[in-house]
Amino acid sequence: MMESLLVANRGEIARRIIRTARRLGIRAIAVHSDADAGMPFVNEADEAVELGPAAPAESYRNADRILDAARRTGARAIHPGYGFLSENASFARQVEQAGLIWVGPSPAVIELMGDKINARNAVAATGMPVAPGTPEPVAGEAAAIDAAAAIGYPLMVKASAGGGGMGMAVVHDEDGLRKQYAAVSGFAERMFGDRGVLLERYYPDARHVEVQILGLADGTVVALGERNCSVQRRNQKLVEETPSPGLDPELREHMLVAAVQAGKAVGYRNAGTVECLVYGEPGSQSFVFLEMNTRLQVEHPVTEEVWGVDLVEQQLRVAAGEPPSVDLAALRPHGHAVEFRVNAEDPIRFLPGPGTITTWTEPAGDGVRVDAGYAEGTRVTPSYDSLMAKLIVHADTREAALARARTALASFAIAGPKHNLPFFAELLGEPSFIDGTYSTALVTRMRAARP
Amino acid sequence: MAQQITADIAANVWKVLVSEGSAVAAGDTLVILESMKMELPIEAESAGTVTKLAVSEGDVLDEGDLIVEIA
Repeated sequence: MMESLLVANRGEIARRIIRTARRLGIRAIAVHSDADAGMPFVNEADEAVELGPAAPAESYRNADRILDAARRTGARAIHPGYGFLSENASFARQVEQAGLIWVGPSPAVIELMGDKINARNAVAATGMPVAPGTPEPVAGEAAAIDAAAAIGYPLMVKASAGGGGMGMAVVHDEDGLRKQYAAVSGFAERMFGDRGVLLERYYPDARHVEVQILGLADGTVVALGERNCSVQRRNQKLVEETPSPGLDPELREHMLVAAVQAGKAVGYRNAGTVECLVYGEPGSQSFVFLEMNTRLQVEHPVTEEVWGVDLVEQQLRVAAGEPPSVDLAALRPHGHAVEFRVNAEDPIRFLPGPGTITTWTEPAGDGVRVDAGYAEGTRVTPSYDSLMAKLIVHADTREAALARARTALASFAIAGPKHNLPFFAELLGEPSFIDGTYSTALVTRMRAARP
Repeated sequence: MAQQITADIAANVWKVLVSEGSAVAAGDTLVILESMKMELPIEAESAGTVTKLAVSEGDVLDEGDLIVEIA
């Protein structure tokens, strides 16, 4: 195993990675912006290096400063977490060229999967179903209108370089397409420096189901079940669970096999997620590939709870060329787990509300886990995303897990910034969430129904 | 009647789309704030002229800070 690990991230995920590193006897090195001095992940690391000001370009997205911190601390490996530089192939390459271990898939695979069209074409070639769509970025508005007529409405207009729910829009007709084609390509140019836009069939009442894969050091690829992440606002996940309720067992099996096959075909190493959309009524469901995330996911804890494995430990072992800590092929899942993303945002419109945390009391107990990035007295700033903590509940059955969630949420106390705990209380009373029949349209429907 | 538009939350000023003297219609986007990786468009509540522009791109705003005045 590596002697030391630099964690190029912040908040809850940096803290969670540092926890595993320290448990394994690895020297854990945090890097942080000046705004994050005093955060739990900085305090709990063995060493910490300040990178610069709060702006991500001067801290967590600044490859040069992070590599410099690695040199100065003698770090042997870099774990990127999620977001920031985690899916940046050139950073991964720089890490490897500096003689350090990159905890993630190869730069070539990150590059392939980072381009939505190449990714779709690559997985389609392995036999995975994909949504009808343009095989390359459309060349202008007129070409987009022609392509749309062939694919059929409704359509998703997606920035080729986008991700994380940013740079995409649904259109229902040609007028909408004209408007959104201009908006999405303009946004993509500003955000990602790439105007490329593709079109894809949109499935309005679908479920977002994703497969956790892990490519091992010996080249085998395993799947550790799937997660349903259909509770979303603005195309971003709020709640995730495993196993997915209401999923046809044969379809689930087909998805897992297809995800493993795709992983093998591209030579995938380390943890990754194959995101799919499932549509159709139970008994006649189908799925299509959405995208592949070449990193650890925010929602990885539900998989950890049900499978009883530490995914960060497996990532570090793969990166160090070692076998996993347990025989993953022999593992069987147990029970049901649900994760709630506790964000600094209001529970009605989901608009962000940063601020200093004056009260922070976490729930505890059997089957209750909280991965928090903040603590009392720390400040949620406008510079970073709104995720403050993740509440994860685990129990023998889904019903018991939801009961555990109700109790845990009721004893979670936060004051200072806005927070979305009241939304989760509302969700746990929502019939289609309780019976597991919900789709990605759930949150929009809940908000439309309010007076 | 003059309207004063203030920041609802702490945010960075990402884009300023008007200047003092601009004529605006109700619903026009005046300024785009950025907070927690989200774009937050600030729109005119009613038609008028921008009489005061209190921010420029890159500014850091606290809750309650004045953004623009329209009369």
